[in-house]
Amino acid sequence: MPAWLIPYTMLLPGLLVIAVLLLYPLYQMVDMSFHKVGLRQIRPNPQPAEFLGLDNYTQALQSDLFWISLRNTVTFAVITVALTLVTGTLVGLLMHKLGKKMSTFVIVGIMAAWATPPTATAIIWKWMFDPDAGVVNWLLNLLPDGLSTLVFGRADWSGQPWLNDSSTIYLVLIVAVVWASFPFIAVSVLAGLKSIPSELYEAATVDGSSPVMTFRKITFPLLKPVFSVLLVLSIIWDFKVFTQLYVLAGGTTNRDAFNLSLWAYTEAFSAPPKMGFGAAIAVILTVIMLLITAVYVRQIVRTEDVR
Amino acid sequence: MRPLTATRLKKSGLNAAGVLVVLFSVFPVYWMVATAFKPNDEIFTTRFIPFPLAPTMDHVQRVLTKGVAGHSVWQYLLNSAIVAVGTVLIGSVFALLAATAVSRFRFRFRTSFLILLLIVQMVPAEALLIPLFLMVKRLGLYDQLLGLIVVNVGFTLPFAIWMLRTFVAAVPKELEEAAAIDGASRFVTFWKVLFPLVAPGLVATSIFSFITAWNEFVFALTLINDQGKYTMPVALQFFTGQRSTDWGGIMAASTLMTIPVIAFFLLVQRRMVSGLVAGAVKG
Repeated sequence: MPAWLIPYTMLLPGLLVIAVLLLYPLYQMVDMSFHKVGLRQIRPNPQPAEFLGLDNYTQALQSDLFWISLRNTVTFAVITVALTLVTGTLVGLLMHKLGKKMSTFVIVGIMAAWATPPTATAIIWKWMFDPDAGVVNWLLNLLPDGLSTLVFGRADWSGQPWLNDSSTIYLVLIVAVVWASFPFIAVSVLAGLKSIPSELYEAATVDGSSPVMTFRKITFPLLKPVFSVLLVLSIIWDFKVFTQLYVLAGGTTNRDAFNLSLWAYTEAFSAPPKMGFGAAIAVILTVIMLLITAVYVRQIVRTEDVR
Repeated sequence: MRPLTATRLKKSGLNAAGVLVVLFSVFPVYWMVATAFKPNDEIFTTRFIPFPLAPTMDHVQRVLTKGVAGHSVWQYLLNSAIVAVGTVLIGSVFALLAATAVSRFRFRFRTSFLILLLIVQMVPAEALLIPLFLMVKRLGLYDQLLGLIVVNVGFTLPFAIWMLRTFVAAVPKELEEAAAIDGASRFVTFWKVLFPLVAPGLVATSIFSFITAWNEFVFALTLINDQGKYTMPVALQFFTGQRSTDWGGIMAASTLMTIPVIAFFLLVQRRMVSGLVAGAVKG
């Protein structure tokens, strides 16, 4: 084999996998979104799919479910990304300040949340938010009645059904997803902090800089590349959240709780399957995500050493 | 006793915050395990029972013998293990070859390939579900664990290559050059010199792929119909009935599913982070 062929040969299997399992389906998803793909097209000896032009898209945009799903998707992503990044950064800063033993203790502790599989995460929080035997209602009942009434407008939480109504389903979902995803942010921020030379902080202290000032003028600018990677990853993860929502909403029956992923899945896989329509929703979701992340993706490509 | 100075006060405040963070993270996992070992009258109560007063193996035994959806939980754990191990075996060979190519050779389209790796990681798996479902069906892999393995290889590979490439690049090139001068063939150099040195990185990467495949839910839900071939995450859904949920059983099964992941996590946590944010931290 000529020497110049060697790297291409080694790359070939991986490239084939990516092309067949990621790029081609991506093309197919777009293609299907312009067609009517139903039972007749997925049976053995499929009939050719009827070309619909933009019909799937207009139908999606005119559906009530589109606005419900879009609102749920965006609200959830904004709140969860913000909470995850803030919590994760604070915990990262905290671990940086702690002594060696204590910081190891915290790392091992938060790893429990991080390592829990998404299905188990959702199930655990579903159990903790159980109306009758859940530990959350028990905890809320512990609050002094006056305080609880003042803050929440009620004192008795026994039997509060968190998982019936879409807004409280999303509340539980936010808690569950933040719980599972802040550890990764925290550990990444910690890794970034450790790479900042301590001389900078010593100089800042000598100059009498306040902690907030030090964070704004030294820590944040130096960790900016880390934060942009973390921001993009969090947006991607939270925009398309599926597993935890599927478990908490109890499958595909609660239409008010749909986000775009769950809606696309439901249209494509419940009877009768409307795969072209589902694909159109998936394309809309992907385009929204690409628009939001495009700017940051460019920045990652620039900072990552791909040369 | 030393006086309580401001610094010491600050330090104990920070430590207290650390303990709170740990409590918040660990309690739900602890609660899963505690519920798994509680008898039903300690589970279905409005009282708070911090730990099993009369610990029982009933739930664990029940899910392992009687199981759920007609099969023992052993079967689902086995299916999950087959999918995860299969993904790792196929994926790590492909990843090692590609990672060596991009970090040991300079060639045209090398940069394009690396950018491609980054970009395909942005594609939401859920969006590709529909075309992949049809593809798997046409290939006759529907309802087969092999179909799940193939799809999981696709979704774990870009990150695996990305992570492994830093490990290969860390091995000094001089070692391979020395072997080549001593007359070793390219294959021998790869197998006897590079491979042993990259092995720890390969293990870390493999564990990451294993966890991803072990946890994977959406594809397992869509590509498998036969209950005997369910993986653990899908099987867990069947503990919830129309009227009631077998919380003891579901917590026992969740515990069995979570233990291997937590064990693996403790092994590779550091490397996973450095892989995920590789390059971004460089000053």
